[in-house]
Amino acid sequence: MAPKQGKPRVSRNPELIRGIGKFSRSKMYHKRGLWAIKAKNGGVFPRHDPKPKAAAPAEKPPKFYPADDVKKPLVNKRKPKPTKLRASITPGTVLIILAGRFKGKRVVFLKQLPSGLLLVSGPFKINGVPLRRVNQTYVIGTSTKVDISGVNVDKFDDKYFAKEVERKKKKGENEFFESEKEEKKSLPQEKKDDQKSVDTPLIKAIEAVPDLKAYLGARFSLRAGMKPHELVF
Amino acid sequence: MPFKRYVEIGRVALVNYGKDYGKLVVIVDVLDQNRALVDAPDMVRSQMNFKRLSLTDIKIDINRVPRKKSLIEAMEKADVNNKWENSSWGRKLIVQKRRAALNDFDRFKLMLAKIKKGGLVRQELAKLKKENAA
Repeated sequence: MAPKQGKPRVSRNPELIRGIGKFSRSKMYHKRGLWAIKAKNGGVFPRHDPKPKAAAPAEKPPKFYPADDVKKPLVNKRKPKPTKLRASITPGTVLIILAGRFKGKRVVFLKQLPSGLLLVSGPFKINGVPLRRVNQTYVIGTSTKVDISGVNVDKFDDKYFAKEVERKKKKGENEFFESEKEEKKSLPQEKKDDQKSVDTPLIKAIEAVPDLKAYLGARFSLRAGMKPHELVF
Repeated sequence: MPFKRYVEIGRVALVNYGKDYGKLVVIVDVLDQNRALVDAPDMVRSQMNFKRLSLTDIKIDINRVPRKKSLIEAMEKADVNNKWENSSWGRKLIVQKRRAALNDFDRFKLMLAKIKKGGLVRQELAKLKKENAA
């Protein structure tokens, strides 16, 4: 809450030196006009009695008191700062994924999500990497860029990627003994459609640049004599 | 076999160590067994240990410790930069530098080009083999 901007309050009692005012206490009493207030209120300062509190409903004393003191958790007011995006990564940058099952894959960066994770797409058709979140730590940004002006990624946020909560079914007796039949999980159709809607313009942009499609389809790996600290990406 | 490159005034050398690494310099004076006074158009004349110098085949015609102006003139007259860039040593360094500056996509394209080249070479070789066999 910002304080109201106005004239700075100036004391009527200028300081001679620090701690000692020009006027005495009784002089200031007159200067401040306190006597007028007092006179108006019949010789006393107006008082505001605190409002009587609504009587708390009678509570039964609890039957159980914890034997030990239960510690209250400390109040944590820390708000994490938003993740900074590495300067080498801008929308459309080709990234090399370094960890996980897609390690070595070259993917296209689409946008940074509010959680700080990067939204990337393979595209799926080219190298099998779906719309996916990665941490920028596990990624090398290259200087190659893909034009993603035609790609609409507004609908993707962290919630989109949240795991669906599995509802537990109540098990009856006979079901308990039956061997559990795992239903084959399949990707919902709308996710497939989302993938397609993102990838179609993306692939179009990729195919406009010669060799880029093959580049994205190939995995990155270090060969003999390649020093990663000296490479330019 | 006699030596072909001598430490002498006017000898062009490549700096192989230190902050002037990779620079072409001219020996303008020999201070003692270990050090020479070297100069180049874009540096302040300074002494340098011979261990840091690799002598090249190029030599220019200068007096001992010439003025910068006459040094530049002599270098231009002897066509030092051109000679260097056309020597196999100089070309190698240029190629190395260019290779190091390639980004990931460029390296990939280079790989594709190499594959293509190899295919063509193999095709031609097969043709020649066929001709010889027949």
